[in-house]
Amino acid sequence: MISLLSLGVLFGKRGRRGHPTGHTITVALTAALASVALLVAGCGGTTKSDVKASGAPASSGAKANPNAPIKKGLKIAFLPKQINNPYFTIADKGGTDAVKELGGTGKEVGPSDASASSQVSYINTLMQQQQDAIVISANDPNAVAPSLKQAMGQGVKVVTYDSDAAPDARNLFINQASAEDLGRTEVQQIAKQIGNKGEIAILSATPNATNQNTWIKFMKDELTKPQYSGMKLVKVAYGNDDDQKSFTETQGLLKSYPNLKGIISPTTVGIAAAARYLSSSKYKGKVKLTGLGTPNQMRKFVKDGTVDAFELWNPADLGYLGAYAAAAISSGQISGAAGEKFKAGKLGEKTIGKNGEVLLGPPTVFNKDNIDNFNF
Amino acid sequence: MSVAALRHRLASWEGAIFGLVVVSWVVASLTVDGFSDSSNLSFILIDVTEIAIMAITLTLVIIAAEIDLSVASTLGLSCAVIGYLWNAGWPIEQTFVVALCVGAVCGALNGFLVTKVGLPSLAVTIGTLALYRGLAYVIIGDKAIADFPPRYTGWATETIAGTPIPYSTLLVAVLAVIVGVLLHASPVGRAIYALGYNEEAARFAGVRVKRIKFWLFVASGVFSALAGIVYTLRFASARADNGQGLELAVVAAVLLGGVSIFGGRGTLPGVLAGVLLFGILRNALILADVSNEVLNFVTGVLLIISVLAPNLAGAIRRARSGRTPAIQATPAVSSANPTQ
Repeated sequence: MISLLSLGVLFGKRGRRGHPTGHTITVALTAALASVALLVAGCGGTTKSDVKASGAPASSGAKANPNAPIKKGLKIAFLPKQINNPYFTIADKGGTDAVKELGGTGKEVGPSDASASSQVSYINTLMQQQQDAIVISANDPNAVAPSLKQAMGQGVKVVTYDSDAAPDARNLFINQASAEDLGRTEVQQIAKQIGNKGEIAILSATPNATNQNTWIKFMKDELTKPQYSGMKLVKVAYGNDDDQKSFTETQGLLKSYPNLKGIISPTTVGIAAAARYLSSSKYKGKVKLTGLGTPNQMRKFVKDGTVDAFELWNPADLGYLGAYAAAAISSGQISGAAGEKFKAGKLGEKTIGKNGEVLLGPPTVFNKDNIDNFNF
Repeated sequence: MSVAALRHRLASWEGAIFGLVVVSWVVASLTVDGFSDSSNLSFILIDVTEIAIMAITLTLVIIAAEIDLSVASTLGLSCAVIGYLWNAGWPIEQTFVVALCVGAVCGALNGFLVTKVGLPSLAVTIGTLALYRGLAYVIIGDKAIADFPPRYTGWATETIAGTPIPYSTLLVAVLAVIVGVLLHASPVGRAIYALGYNEEAARFAGVRVKRIKFWLFVASGVFSALAGIVYTLRFASARADNGQGLELAVVAAVLLGGVSIFGGRGTLPGVLAGVLLFGILRNALILADVSNEVLNFVTGVLLIISVLAPNLAGAIRRARSGRTPAIQATPAVSSANPTQ
């Protein structure tokens, strides 16, 4: 800001004196900026190591009464990363249906672009509308944190789903699937498809993707079990979540390992690219492929026999659970502490885990028998 | 003020915008639940902070008959620089200084290409719109840098104790006063109007057209970088996609505020009213659960109206009087003459 002031001064000078040379202006400006920089450098200042991140999830403070009835007329709003995104449309439909079951009013609002900060003005207006709870999938866990905290300060309960916010800026997080469940079930899937025998490979996203690596760790652990002794993981390839790179990596895998029997791709980009390659190659139906994918991108490959089955959580259930959790915490049945239980309609009883996380449950397996029931 | 002058003022576009601000405020207060709360006023003001900061300098640029479409990308680059340096362990205050310098360089490049190379600013800044955003991605990729000091992030979201006025609005006010005085009460300001209205005539009158334009672009870059600092702090998150697409809102607000896209006309108070109107409409529509598509639609319509209406008004006036060209009715031109 100080440099701006100096700019202003320069303009002013120009006016009074008439026409200073360009040189004068440049020198003055540089000097102003440099002196500010020196001044600031001399002061030291706040660095990253001075700032400690706050950790624990927010507690709702109030004591939980497990027998409290669900309040009538609860106002619960769903704030997805982006509206008109088929995945969230289904999740939020599941959520608003659940709110209706509970006798409240549910709605979906949100930005049409998934940029980091576009959700903030929606959080502010939801707080203004005095909603009882906000169920949000955070585009940026930190960008939404200040306004979520403000909302919680005004008594609005905050539940995150799909994508968590900073833990101290929400009461509960509905986790779609545990890393362990995903990792282990994918090995179980491929084992079933190749008859527990043969070489397999993994086609991941990037080498340093945290979620991918956690899943792969559990896959490797699952593979040490005796029933998989006939199976061997020969390679973890990285397609960088880039369609073309994943495509050529698949090609490379099949060339380098002629005896390959199966591929696990725990990324929606990777599995689609691998399926596209397999379906047009001589390996179609012979080399099995499973992993995480969405029904719409995989439908074609399931129907033409390239892929037997793959998995993902059911987004409608995710929204449904989010609504029940929001209703339970708004009604005082739970406070957000680990170990508390609440009833989640058709999904049965759920228990809050550590860090205020509620687990949706094992992923849904999609195959040619059920894939047409899903559209996302 | 005589009755005629008052009528002239009310009939002007700025008058209409001020009127619209009042009308939309009253209508929204009466019809939308929660709109008239003082906390909502804070939200509206905070929400338009970055737009207002960038609009202040863009006003000068457009009055000078140029355009700067790279403002939001410069904002993004500023965020990326802050995030990168902060992550590397720099003190936050120094990252701000570097970001402002980067903004100045961005503006200087625009200014150089426009004034020295002689390219049209529309083409140049569409190019740098992509260039600066691309650079931001080069610097921090798709990472989000967080954990900024609460002392600063708090400043960007809090209001002055006991009032609904956010600190960031105070910053906007200070900047607006400085630039407003520069534009409306200094020889430089008159020169900006003159060169925007008729560059050739201004040059013959001794106005150093190129130098002024160059520094306007630099100022626009610095203000955009400043908006980037506020943005980073407000969302406590530095990302390369910060403020993506915001340039449209800034241009819309400036034109809505009565600045002529052809240059030479417009006032800073009008632009601030335009920014406020933009914020009020957005907030009221979201509060009323109007969907986002409709919001974009409304922004588009406002933009078209704001470009169309002054021209239409001029045409009507001309048709009525039968002869006087609308040009002579522009008060800004006459006030620009003393530089001669």
